[in-house]
Amino acid sequence: MNLKPATLAQIDDVITHYPVKRSATLPLLHLIQEDVGHISDEAIPWVADKLGLQPINVYEVVTFYPMFRRQPIGRRHIKVCRTLSCALVGGYKTCEAFQQEFDTGLGEISPDGEVTVEFVECLASCGTAPVVLIDDDLHEKVDVAKAQQLSAQIKSEAAKRR
Amino acid sequence: MPAPAQTRIIFQHIDEPGYTPDIACYVRNGGYEVLKQAVKRKPEELIEEVKKSGLRGRGGAGFPCGVKWGLVDRKSGKPIYLIVNADESEPGTFKDRYIIHQDPHQLIEGTMISCFANNVKQAYIYIRGEFPHGARILERAIAEARGAGLVGPNILGTNYSCEIYVHRGAGAYICGEETGLIESLEGKRAYPRIKPPYFPAVLGLYQCPTIVNNVETLCHVKYIVQHGGEAFGRIGTPGNTGTRVFCVSGHVQRPGYYEFATGTITLGQLLNDVCGGPLPGRKLKAVIPGGSSAKILKFGERFKGKRKVGAEMVDYDWGVEDVPMDFDSLGMIGTMGGSGGVIVMDDSVNMVEALANINAFYSHESCGQCTPCREGSLWMKKITTRMVHGTARTEDAALLKSVADQIPGRTICAFGEACSWPTQSFLAKFGDEFKQYPETRNAAKRNDAAALI
Repeated sequence: MNLKPATLAQIDDVITHYPVKRSATLPLLHLIQEDVGHISDEAIPWVADKLGLQPINVYEVVTFYPMFRRQPIGRRHIKVCRTLSCALVGGYKTCEAFQQEFDTGLGEISPDGEVTVEFVECLASCGTAPVVLIDDDLHEKVDVAKAQQLSAQIKSEAAKRR
Repeated sequence: MPAPAQTRIIFQHIDEPGYTPDIACYVRNGGYEVLKQAVKRKPEELIEEVKKSGLRGRGGAGFPCGVKWGLVDRKSGKPIYLIVNADESEPGTFKDRYIIHQDPHQLIEGTMISCFANNVKQAYIYIRGEFPHGARILERAIAEARGAGLVGPNILGTNYSCEIYVHRGAGAYICGEETGLIESLEGKRAYPRIKPPYFPAVLGLYQCPTIVNNVETLCHVKYIVQHGGEAFGRIGTPGNTGTRVFCVSGHVQRPGYYEFATGTITLGQLLNDVCGGPLPGRKLKAVIPGGSSAKILKFGERFKGKRKVGAEMVDYDWGVEDVPMDFDSLGMIGTMGGSGGVIVMDDSVNMVEALANINAFYSHESCGQCTPCREGSLWMKKITTRMVHGTARTEDAALLKSVADQIPGRTICAFGEACSWPTQSFLAKFGDEFKQYPETRNAAKRNDAAALI
């Protein structure tokens, strides 16, 4: 595993938070995913070894929790809330708008590599529906126009980088 | 009758201009004074205050907090853990988000008081993975509190020490169920444990006695210790004490969060006076009053029976608008107060499509441990999705009911009930809409209807 020194330091620290090492499974997976972008094949035995577990103990956790992914995703992760309160005020249209803007399907990497659009369950901000989580940031009342505006912003940031 | 004014206890500082989540702002507003007083008192006294207050858990089940604390095994000699359930994930509920993001020290103070009262030396805040900023805000707040001697070793110069760590979930709804949460905190799949024997109060985290409390509940504890259990009991109505934060979403003019003394506001006042009523040109059709698992109510239906007011039994005859928003009244009319998430639907909504949306949620979130729930939730989703996007048949209503009826009572945790109640109640209240769906589906759709599945 080629992890950043800061990640390794955080990993060693977080293990001390628990009387039983196995409890650090989710925190370690989060830290690795934040560093590498996804949970690779080699990450599973690495975490198991670090925590004194069998690889299956880690694998069953990775496959249970929706936030852990086994494959790389686009540069930005767009998570549109699918659940009832958001759907009632247009969440499905919002999701479609993002897919159209980046010419991509759900869960795929867009052709320009910029985004992965995902439909997720309740993000717990139902009063400001429809809501969208882009990487770590929540965006509220995202109708089609706002989805287009957010997409334009992502595209312009991408253009600047090139 | 106009709606009463809000009583903001927990949300006192939410959205207050200039109020920041750092410790300096919290202390400027009188923060941590209650903890300072609390550590000078006997822990049993604090538990007694919480018992006296009648505080009921704000996570969904409404179980009395003092009773929960009273069940903790204190004789085993094992350490006692406290877990803050910040996995807010019941659709329609979004109160804890604001406490965590805007007033984290209120939660930490409430948590530390509860830890001291129960002789807890280690607490964990289990926060849902979708709140990455929330987790960072809490970690920063805990570090600030540790720096000020309010968390960690020898709190406020006493012999009492207690540490708090933040633990992030990873997108699984079932982690809101307390035994599933415990399994998840132990680093496993969040498969709920069977009760008996695994009551958290006796065999919880690492098989030690464990208290799991909701974020809002712990904030109430701070208020109770500050003002006394009796004073708290005078807010709200007997059996439904204190305030309740209602999270209103869906088809009203002013969705949002509103804090009222429990039981003092009716559903009609909340939706019409506080939230501005239906959108222009629309009519309210249905409401789910306590998070998406709560049974749906249909505008126009009436509820009759007898209820206890003081020592007397009196008749009640309520429309949906007349129901007081408290645990007991909502329970009497066959639904529940749950987590306080109120989801409103107007006449643009087709109930088959709304149910299909809910069923997709539950089939996605079933942990898969018990067959009736894993298979049943999937079948309910498949049937309702097919009705909307494929072939709809008149007999689907009966089929859905038969699937839903075979789940509750046959699963390890309450998710079995949670996933079947929507289907059961939608069919009971809107059965005709399901039977007529084969004909109505292809009839001219309202152009203001949103896609739900």
